[in-house]
Amino acid sequence: MTLLEVKDLRVSFPTADGLVQAVRGVSFDVEPGQTLGIVGESGSGKTVLTQTLLGLTPGAEVGGSALFEGTDLLQLTEDQLRHVRGERISVIFQDPLTSLHPLYRIGWQISEMIRAHDKSVSKAEAKTRSIELLRRVGIPKPETRVDDYPHQFSGGMRQRAMIAMALSLEPKLIIADEPTTALDATVQAQILDLLLRLQQDLGTALIMITHDLGVVADIADEVMVMYAGRAAERAPKRDIFYAAHHPYTKGLLESIPSSKASGGRLKPIPGQPPSLINLPSGCKFHPRCGYVFDHCLTEEPVLHPVAETGSHTSACWLPANAAGLSAEAEELRERVVQAERGQEAAEVVAAAFAGLAGAERPGVTGLAGEAGSGAAADNEGSVA
Amino acid sequence: MAQTELNVPRGSAPDDDSILVRVENVVKHFPVKAGGFISHTVGHVHAVDDVSLVIERGKTLGLVGETGSGKSTLARCVAGLIPVTSGRVLFNGTDITKLSRGQMRPLRREVQMIFQDPYSSLNPRRRVGSIISEPFAIHKTATGAERKRQVQELMERVGLNPEHYNRFPAEFSGGQRQRIGVARALALRPKLIICDEPVSALDVSIQAQVLNLLSDLQQEYGLSYLFIAHDLEVVRHVSDKVAVMYLGRIGEAAPAEDLYDKPRHPYTVALLSAAPAADPDTAAARQRVILVGDVPSPIDPPAGCRFHPRCPKAQEVCSKVEPALVPDNARPQSQDDAGQRAAETSQSATAVPGGWAHVTACHFPVVPGESLAAAGAAKGDVA
Amino acid sequence: MTISNLTEAGFEAQQAAEGQETAGRVEGRTQWQLTWRRLRGDKVSVIALAVIVIMVILAIAAPAFAAITGHGVNTSYPNTGENAYGNPVGPGVNGFFLGTDSTGRDVFVRILYGARISLFVGVVSTAIATVLGVVIGLMAGYFGGFIDTVLARLTDAVLAFPYVILAIALAVVFGPSLTVIMVMVTFFSWAGIARIVRGQTLSIKEKEYIEAARSLGAGPFRIMFLDILPNLLAPVLVIATLLIPNAIVFEATLSFLGLGIQPPTPSWGNMLADASNSYQVAWWYLAFPALFLLITTLAFNLLGDGIRDAMDPRTERLLAARRMRKQRAKARKNATQSGVGPGQAIPDTVNG
Repeated sequence: MTLLEVKDLRVSFPTADGLVQAVRGVSFDVEPGQTLGIVGESGSGKTVLTQTLLGLTPGAEVGGSALFEGTDLLQLTEDQLRHVRGERISVIFQDPLTSLHPLYRIGWQISEMIRAHDKSVSKAEAKTRSIELLRRVGIPKPETRVDDYPHQFSGGMRQRAMIAMALSLEPKLIIADEPTTALDATVQAQILDLLLRLQQDLGTALIMITHDLGVVADIADEVMVMYAGRAAERAPKRDIFYAAHHPYTKGLLESIPSSKASGGRLKPIPGQPPSLINLPSGCKFHPRCGYVFDHCLTEEPVLHPVAETGSHTSACWLPANAAGLSAEAEELRERVVQAERGQEAAEVVAAAFAGLAGAERPGVTGLAGEAGSGAAADNEGSVA
Repeated sequence: MAQTELNVPRGSAPDDDSILVRVENVVKHFPVKAGGFISHTVGHVHAVDDVSLVIERGKTLGLVGETGSGKSTLARCVAGLIPVTSGRVLFNGTDITKLSRGQMRPLRREVQMIFQDPYSSLNPRRRVGSIISEPFAIHKTATGAERKRQVQELMERVGLNPEHYNRFPAEFSGGQRQRIGVARALALRPKLIICDEPVSALDVSIQAQVLNLLSDLQQEYGLSYLFIAHDLEVVRHVSDKVAVMYLGRIGEAAPAEDLYDKPRHPYTVALLSAAPAADPDTAAARQRVILVGDVPSPIDPPAGCRFHPRCPKAQEVCSKVEPALVPDNARPQSQDDAGQRAAETSQSATAVPGGWAHVTACHFPVVPGESLAAAGAAKGDVA
Repeated sequence: MTISNLTEAGFEAQQAAEGQETAGRVEGRTQWQLTWRRLRGDKVSVIALAVIVIMVILAIAAPAFAAITGHGVNTSYPNTGENAYGNPVGPGVNGFFLGTDSTGRDVFVRILYGARISLFVGVVSTAIATVLGVVIGLMAGYFGGFIDTVLARLTDAVLAFPYVILAIALAVVFGPSLTVIMVMVTFFSWAGIARIVRGQTLSIKEKEYIEAARSLGAGPFRIMFLDILPNLLAPVLVIATLLIPNAIVFEATLSFLGLGIQPPTPSWGNMLADASNSYQVAWWYLAFPALFLLITTLAFNLLGDGIRDAMDPRTERLLAARRMRKQRAKARKNATQSGVGPGQAIPDTVNG
């Protein structure tokens, strides 16, 4: 059965200036042993999402459901959640220096974790298990290092220690929140390699949260791209990289400097992520989207399938076969991308289309008449 | 002291006219103090250990390295922000390491820095206009309305709305704050801008915006950049020449394309293979060279070649003799004269990093087609 | 006492939101404007501030009150001010609003004149001490090395010194007077500020924007006063506000001991000293000066606490959460679905 089933999760924080809607209706599934990569930039809500699952966001208003092995995590009391944390779901945080207690020895922290969940384990036994875990994550001379303090470990080793802690109770699911962002590239490679191997050995499911598409390309099975508190696109890994549908995903892929686009100018996404208090109308990405048209401003798209298999969904009004867009639409998009100095995509589009009626606009005519695409047929002159 | 002009193959070092900055054998050690009431020095952090390089006018030199490589320290030595332990830094022919603070001040107009963290590189209590006009105020180049006009012009040039002149940094996003930093650095039309990881703290889509901006500004104003980063793809994109640092020394340096297509130093190969590639097929096909262990501490660097404890190709000579930074054609042909050659040339480069030669400091550089992953597996290492 | 009921993630979400919420504004909201806004919402602080303002007005208007009641500040009124047995009369008797003291003077008028002394010493000494402390702390923190050693040890020495002994010594040598008091209060107040400022300077000095200023060629004094000082003003303001009641009490103590303001000039301290001899027959003579002293120091303390809370952005969340809950309750009562919160434009059901 599905390990984790999240349905329509919503998280908001009340503030003096208004309600900050950090997560606005996210649904996803994780099967046992599977790796889900959640990709998003700042303000996308990816961290709040997973923290809420484990009840780590006090003061937030939470809606929706999150069924883990049948139990709704969002309805559990603090006591019940403590049983879940560590034992059935573990978290690895970004900065191990701040998430490990600086005043207690590493071995003690791991042993404490083991004994907190199983009172029958003796101290000696717990320590043996800690040493074994440290060995498993590749820390050399674990028998001596088990008595070290966190500050005596290097960054990479601290993260390994965190992984050891996360694994100590053999949870079914590990949530890794940007575990390698603070590490050097070579150490990052080591840690990812380790996570992959351990996951295969133990059959743990893994949710990897990151802003780095490269990390996801390496280890994820399925990828969910988040923007402004919602999922923009969700698909198996290869589909995301080679058949991306949502303009945001495409923009992300294109803005990464890579060997394919050497020299010359990069193609960034214009503008910046929206305020979570005053979100734009309709599709939240529309002010930065080069493919924007009328319907995008009025109605926010939901995730719908854009491939026959049904496993690739995208929250965008563009038709599944985006190649149906006309050459003019592509050219307009180029112009939007180039006009990145603070101008919003919508303004550029509006300026370009000033005076044209709905049917004359490039891109729009390419969409009308696409049956079963999910795009609204009603996109002619629907906005003043 | 053996100097860079000896044994230089034709075309491997740039001529004097085109060189803006010349770093010669710079060493920077930080003392480690211990003891309570009367503290004494127990050791040194070898942050930068005999580095030489050049930066050409209008070009970008990329400096890549991990934690402890010394790249940030080197950058600050070049900027004149910290004194060097030994060596020279020549800016337009003037040795800045010998200047007093007063003499240094006019030179500060020519060398500026952009910092990594957009959140802490701007004073949160000052308005943006005041921050950007600081250079004008310090060097007394423009006042009053003229100053404001120039600041607003700068803001516009970097893509900010000039009407936001009176806002505080907290009201801007990370990418915009970084633009403010760029505007501040650009104010006095410097010749050299040292960029210390300018995009590492930004979201990917914003990184591209800032990189484009830096590239545009370079073309418009003929700026030279010393670009420090740990992200190899970013460095490749912006740099003309790249130098890879490890534990205070330069391991390899070459024109950008050369370095990425034909890396010689095992560390460079490992670094390239470790960089996450946003492409599942490439990621799967790439042979990962997983290095053993963590970056050692610069307080007690390993003897001989500093990389040897982690190197999949290391042999006995590597733990004894420090390899010289030489171009390929100056490499010793056999094991026997390896020791002799190394002793002769020591670490001073016969061709200069930042020039056109591809220089490597390694006894057994990687040849095209060689698989380091296999060598590593043969050594039986475990990641 | 900070209350945080948001995780860092939520806080960052809010920061991100706040940062972009200011679209359309040209002027930035300064830290002071934000602080004032929050302070206004804190009832206790507002009352404290009002009390202080009233006290200041009363002190300034002391001669006016003397004229209204017709009683001079140092004039005894044996006829109206003393009863048949020669004892002071109580509050409300014979036109003495708060009664008379042991020699028949109007307690109320004397209290008001005493307020002048207290407030003057309190505020002015603290102000001078603050300036001194900030300068010394900045220099010690920024320059480090030898200068820091000297200044820091000096600060420690001053903090460790028993002030009463010195006060007595100075009073003996120079004779007690207002100037002596001010010098002493100032002397013992600057060290606390200097220490805090030095600590803050040490940490601010490491920030990147200071390095940026150096790389631009800014000299040390420019950096200290234009870059570091604005970041210090917040904690300095809080400490200064909390130092004022200390100064007031210090002055009262000295005067109580006879080392400060000398009779017949009224000071809350020497009034209390005098009253301690006659409280059995004139409780009001002891009670009212003490009460005024208490209220004044309490008001400054509460204001200082209030300012400290107002400067802490995290307090905002607690207030916001409370506000939001009240509004939700109200909205539910009105039985509409019109949503919540001031700036919100989006209903909380997902828009398809």
